[in-house]
Amino acid sequence: MKKLLSLKNIVISIAILILIWQLLFMVSSYDKALFPSPKMALDALIEMTENGRLAENVTTSMYRFAAGYLSSVTVAVILGLILGRLPKVFQYINPAVQLLRPISPTAWMPFIVLLFGIGDVPAIVIIFIAAFFPVLLSTVAAVSNIDPIYLKVSKNFGIKQPALTWKVIFPAAFPQIANGIHLALGTAWIFLVAGEMVGAQSGLGYQIIDARNNIRADILLATILVIGLIGIILDGILKLIEKAILRSWGGVS
Amino acid sequence: MYIEVKDACKKFVQDGKEFTALDHVSLDIEKGEFICLLGPSGCGKSTLLNALAGFEKVSSGSVRIDGKEVTEPSIDNITIFQNYGLLPWRNVLKNVELGLESKKVPKEEREKTAKKYLGLVGLSGYEKRYPKQLSGGQQQRVAIARGLAVDPEIIFMDEPFGALDAITRMKLQEDILKISREEKKTIIFVTHDIEEAVFLADRIVVMMADPGRIKSIVKVPLGSHRDRTNDDFLYVRDKIFELFNMKVNDYIEYNI
Repeated sequence: MKKLLSLKNIVISIAILILIWQLLFMVSSYDKALFPSPKMALDALIEMTENGRLAENVTTSMYRFAAGYLSSVTVAVILGLILGRLPKVFQYINPAVQLLRPISPTAWMPFIVLLFGIGDVPAIVIIFIAAFFPVLLSTVAAVSNIDPIYLKVSKNFGIKQPALTWKVIFPAAFPQIANGIHLALGTAWIFLVAGEMVGAQSGLGYQIIDARNNIRADILLATILVIGLIGIILDGILKLIEKAILRSWGGVS
Repeated sequence: MYIEVKDACKKFVQDGKEFTALDHVSLDIEKGEFICLLGPSGCGKSTLLNALAGFEKVSSGSVRIDGKEVTEPSIDNITIFQNYGLLPWRNVLKNVELGLESKKVPKEEREKTAKKYLGLVGLSGYEKRYPKQLSGGQQQRVAIARGLAVDPEIIFMDEPFGALDAITRMKLQEDILKISREEKKTIIFVTHDIEEAVFLADRIVVMMADPGRIKSIVKVPLGSHRDRTNDDFLYVRDKIFELFNMKVNDYIEYNI
């Protein structure tokens, strides 16, 4: 019942969005080619699907996203687990992290393109940067917030490193780490598009630039919709994985 | 002597003020004894227990177990905490196996041992449950099984039943008394509950606060079978109340 209700909410919400779009289209004085209707965007979507360009670009983007996001999460979690246990070392690293963190990953873009050239790497690097800080900081916080009784019990039962990390510290910190991983997913997905708009000749971000250059606003809007849709799907998949892990760990949630 | 505390002092600095948690405390405990450290909060009973268990070091004096100075926690001396300290992401069986894993016991034997001690604390059939699915009393039983599973010499208990309701607490007191007789463990038990101490202990170490010190050590001359309503039991309990100056000595006229 709850699921049905939320499905109803989704349908209504999206219907309203399309309705507003359609109304704006009808009242606006812009050329149809510059401000297309929902129907035109849908046609463009079908066209892209049929000629295979969409699938190609989605595959390219997903590959970059997976490479950047997964490597970033892995490095950030491992580093976070270490730094969380070394508060004295982290005191010296934290100011630098705080300095780098507010810099938009896109600001690095020209620099990254200069270093690595146009292609897969700039997009991957930008996703890496986008996901890195939220995951690192949430992992450090999670590790330093672990209930001290777990560490006391571990000491008492003779659990030493590295078992201490994977048997006690990581699982104890996991719910909070998962929060950071989840947050980073959205951020990373946003910056994938930015990265591909500047530093690539393929992928969904590039497809937007390409559509603009060809004055195909219908393709542009269709691509934007696809980006939003994939974002929702990725979020949903991560939520499922998170839930499954938490359940196998005794319903910590 | 098996456990020897000699002239132990422990000082903390709190908000710029020095605070004496233990003031020249000396105590000898024999193997197999059930000792209760009894006193109000701030009397240093938990500090003394933590020093014995190796979680904290004393500022001066010495704490020895079996002739060796205590410097860190050991798997031979297990502490049971008030808030259980179970790992919520492990099921009951895996929680009990925790210490056996560090002892490198093979998997099958681990499971066998864990099941045996879960049976001993009355939790057979709960192996696959998670701590969150258990009541407080059941969780503490799991913690006790986990402690017993590594076959420790000493069990330290830090107000282990403090968070439980009165009836569950009494049941667990009976069980721990039975277990201590059957398993022949040395048990050091911290409590602020006089009746609990009289029910459990061979000797009660009565402590006072500010500074934390031992006021007296009372031998409990009750046998292994204890009855809370028995005259002897009440007599010992009264003696302890007197030590805390809590016994009303005024003459009271009863009209029934």
